[in-house]
Amino acid sequence: MSTPTRPDKRMDARAIVAQLRDGMTIGIGGWGPRRKPMALVREILRSPLKDLTIVAYGGADVGMLCAAGKVRKLIFAFVSLDAIPLEPWFRKAREGGTIDVLELDEGMLQWGLKAAAFGLPFLPTRVGLGTDLAALGGLETVTSPYADGEVLIAMPALKLDAALLHVNKCDWRGNAQFFGADFYYDEWFAKAADKCFVSCEQLVERIEDGAAGIGAAHANIIERCFVSGITHIPCGAHPSSMPPLHGPDMRAFKAYADAAKDPGDWTMVAEQFVGTDEAAYLQSLGGKEAVMQIPLAIY
Amino acid sequence: MASLAELCIAAAAEAFRGNGEVVATGVGPIPRLAAGLAKSTHSPELLMTDGEAYLVESPVPLGPRAYDARDAAGHLPFSRFFDSAVWTGRRHAMVTPTQIDRFGQINLSYLGGSHAQPKTQMLGVRGFPGNSIYHPNSFFFPAHSPRTFVPGEVDMVSGVGYNPAKRIVGGNYSGVDLRLVITNLCVMDFGGPDHAMRVISLHPAVDFATVQAATGFALIDAVTGETPLPDAEQLAIIAALDPHQIRATIFKDNPPARAAA
Repeated sequence: MSTPTRPDKRMDARAIVAQLRDGMTIGIGGWGPRRKPMALVREILRSPLKDLTIVAYGGADVGMLCAAGKVRKLIFAFVSLDAIPLEPWFRKAREGGTIDVLELDEGMLQWGLKAAAFGLPFLPTRVGLGTDLAALGGLETVTSPYADGEVLIAMPALKLDAALLHVNKCDWRGNAQFFGADFYYDEWFAKAADKCFVSCEQLVERIEDGAAGIGAAHANIIERCFVSGITHIPCGAHPSSMPPLHGPDMRAFKAYADAAKDPGDWTMVAEQFVGTDEAAYLQSLGGKEAVMQIPLAIY
Repeated sequence: MASLAELCIAAAAEAFRGNGEVVATGVGPIPRLAAGLAKSTHSPELLMTDGEAYLVESPVPLGPRAYDARDAAGHLPFSRFFDSAVWTGRRHAMVTPTQIDRFGQINLSYLGGSHAQPKTQMLGVRGFPGNSIYHPNSFFFPAHSPRTFVPGEVDMVSGVGYNPAKRIVGGNYSGVDLRLVITNLCVMDFGGPDHAMRVISLHPAVDFATVQAATGFALIDAVTGETPLPDAEQLAIIAALDPHQIRATIFKDNPPARAAA
């Protein structure tokens, strides 16, 4: 009798990016400058990947990928760094006319992910009616077949080839736990994707062990059948926030925003914001201890 | 003596009066203080978040404070916001778009150029399309001018208004419900014919002609009086909700509500 295969989903970041292809549609979890899988984004920035369609509640993930010329099309409702409301590198890309866009309402975006998660071609919604979104985005309408006959926007499924998330804790099976105040729409990015790759702050042998006990199971918002690969990258959300461990690095965001004005050339500053590898990047910040000192954001 | 900012906060708080058990969301210092003032005075039934993910029964003060300095009565993260608040109509938001037109259509996305290549890219439509078709909305504008109250239509319609030409036939627009517009000059509503914008109160020492001259479209004069000054109790609550005096930074030189004679 053969030994059953140990369903070990651990891999390194480079192996995750090696599974991505030019032209893919990639969803990025988190929200604005909050709990973004930035280490995985940096790994994409270090790779030759191109012509990507990015789906995100955007922050510096979107700004950096646009600045580096990785984005063919962006599907978004906003791109913002909270305290720096307008993402400067995203603005440059938009005002330069260098990317295609599908602009959506925030609720429509998660609705499109839900349609994809359930294998539906679309989900109906009132959202978008009476605005310019439908005409600009080529969104069609659908009429209720019931007595009400209501005309609704048919929000198309946002099917993802891959989703990228950064979470607090994982085990090698792909059980993941989220400890922050908000899960954002990570659950739906994971379920809308053919493959979901997760980086984590803490990697353990058995997630069911430990003092946190049964309560921690509530932090498992994505069943592991939706997780294809996991990788251990402490500080992998930096410069975005990683509640409850640390807040957004506003000093780093300020430097990043300033660089969009002067010199305004990504190739000149990419090394500072991406680094040659994660170890070098983390060292440039003063190490994990320095990142963990960044205070949580007050809203 | 109340400041103009405090006058605006008290006037904006009226938007949330008698709304029932809905989530009052004020985006930006004046709208947020207005929602907090409403909940702390005439409308305690309002729901409210800490600005992050928790429902609070005591409005959270603006500005720096300890991260855990709030008592969470419930959990309303973004991941549940559409299910619980927006798409059920159980919310009233007060926001500051970049442009608004005579139909109440608003823009937060871009200015000038084209959608393919905007002259000025802003935030993106955010949640405005959904907010505006599902729940009541009010607005605060700190600088009343024709650049904000634009002639014609906004550059991109990010939020639904009362423009019949934009309405796809057969859609359900019953949730479109624009309430108050508070500016540095006046308070307006959408109570005119076909929801035309009307001036309903003027701030002290402001006349209708001044408001009209600062607006890119015709307004209706439905002024019933002067925008009331906040009373001592309201001022004390505002001060407690804004311990760092962020409200003093909204208008240049933080003018008083009524200029000295």
